Amino acid sequence: MSTAGSPPPDRPSGGEVEHRTYLCTGCPLGCRLEVDAVDGDVVEVRGFSCKRGDAYARQEYTDPRRPLATTVAVRGGRWPRLPVKSAEALPKALLSDVAAYLHTLHLDAPVKLGDVVAHDVLGSGIDVVATRDLPADLDA
Amino acid sequence: MISDRPQDLRTDYDVTVVGGGPAGMAAALGARAAGAERVLLLDRDQEAGGILNQCIHAGFGLHWFGEELTGPEYAQRFFENVLEEDLDVLLGAYVLDAAAGDGVRVASPTVGLATVPSRAIVLAMGARERTRAAVRIPGSRPEGVMTAGFAQKLVNQEGYLPGRRVAILGSGDIGLIMARRLKLEGVDVTGVYELQPHANGSNRNIVQCLDDFDVPLHLATTIAEIRGRDRVEGIRVAPVGEDGRVDVAAGDDVACDTVLTSIGLIPENELSRTLRLRMDPATGGPVVGSAMETSRDGVFACGNVVHVHDLVDHVSQEADLAGRSAGAYATGSLLPEDNVRLVPGANVRACVPHTISTDRTHVVHLRVARAMEACTLRLGDVHERPLRYAVPGEMTTVKVRPRALEGFAGGTLRVDVVPREEGVKA
Repeated sequence: MSTAGSPPPDRPSGGEVEHRTYLCTGCPLGCRLEVDAVDGDVVEVRGFSCKRGDAYARQEYTDPRRPLATTVAVRGGRWPRLPVKSAEALPKALLSDVAAYLHTLHLDAPVKLGDVVAHDVLGSGIDVVATRDLPADLDA
Repeated sequence: MISDRPQDLRTDYDVTVVGGGPAGMAAALGARAAGAERVLLLDRDQEAGGILNQCIHAGFGLHWFGEELTGPEYAQRFFENVLEEDLDVLLGAYVLDAAAGDGVRVASPTVGLATVPSRAIVLAMGARERTRAAVRIPGSRPEGVMTAGFAQKLVNQEGYLPGRRVAILGSGDIGLIMARRLKLEGVDVTGVYELQPHANGSNRNIVQCLDDFDVPLHLATTIAEIRGRDRVEGIRVAPVGEDGRVDVAAGDDVACDTVLTSIGLIPENELSRTLRLRMDPATGGPVVGSAMETSRDGVFACGNVVHVHDLVDHVSQEADLAGRSAGAYATGSLLPEDNVRLVPGANVRACVPHTISTDRTHVVHLRVARAMEACTLRLGDVHERPLRYAVPGEMTTVKVRPRALEGFAGGTLRVDVVPREEGVKA
């Protein structure tokens, strides 16, 4: 099952104000963003100097997501590893599990860019796809 | 992708491009777009794409393609265009030397040693990483010390892990990217050690490569010694004072079996020196005009050979221009002339291109020495404009339109980046 949108287990409940800080990744200014939340709802964001920072802080608090890129083992290809990525950003909490799962796979060359390597990976609703053509190695 | 197509080389190329990475591919396509019929793209590797093939993470293409791609995707899109345009491509080809007007001398397993006549040459050799020797880390010389980019190739293409417990020297983006990459592969990363009191990599990489994976970033800290007889056994990390002195006694010993260095790039300009091009010590690359022409007729340059870029999209833009200029030159067009020389001034280490004109629009890239927020860019006393920020880790890019230089007849302009109040005109 997806963990998307589910609150972290350490989140306080019962009307307490929860305080979190984030480093904005939008640009080199690196604003220190502060989020106040009550019962999992953001009530105030401070410290941003553009609207991207405000949106980023809300996203980070409610549903942090990350793109994943790793490689998968391939037999008979020009290279022994095929680069792959999540077709969309994954819930941050799933990154390591998805990477560990992908590292158990073995594909056969040739592979084409965009080929689905793992469909709906770990129930996330997100596919993992090849990010290049990997032709068969003619010398092999 | 990226197969070699064995072929006979022509004896009458319009444009020969040295290097098949992002710069070379965009330059070759630019030359064709400008009307050059006979275009040759050379690379010493077995695949085109250069460093993009090992940069499997996302973050490329937002400017050029309008979407975020991984390195291999970016490379493949360009190479598919190269194939569609039916440009000549020779891989496994090493360029030995070049002579303006005569072409390049190339060695390859398929053509042997050959001289390739060409009207114009585009230099797109890229950059290589600085190594341990460039920063003289004391200690023994065991196995297990390598550049972050080399480790990236091992992990992402060859399928080898560089070690089990890795220390990273330098907080450049390649080092940060490798910290995450190794953590995802189950490798222990002891930390990233940065000599400067600030990180060199982007905030996005600080958060997504270090913080997300609990990799500590030690600022104002360096590796004072590497230990181990056959294999790296450990390092001594030590604080660096404001005066730059390393306090070895105050340091800590850290066990590890591998040290990765992420300490900067050096433009790869051996060929440029063979051609005796005018070089800029500030960029480490050739001096170029607004058409990306070098000091020698018919020789153009682009990408990391000219100056180290942060974004491949900027490389593609610059290389497209260089290729178009080379194509125009080879087919008999005159290059536009420059009448303004740009000279780095306050808080500016380097500017590219080195000359521009008052009658066309130019994209000028600057590298500042110190970080500044809310500052002013000044071109002599002719033009000024506000900048939200300027930081050494991100190339500052500004568009200079003819209107900005209105009334200026030409000559030398000093380029300054100054705090905003100093920039206000009286």
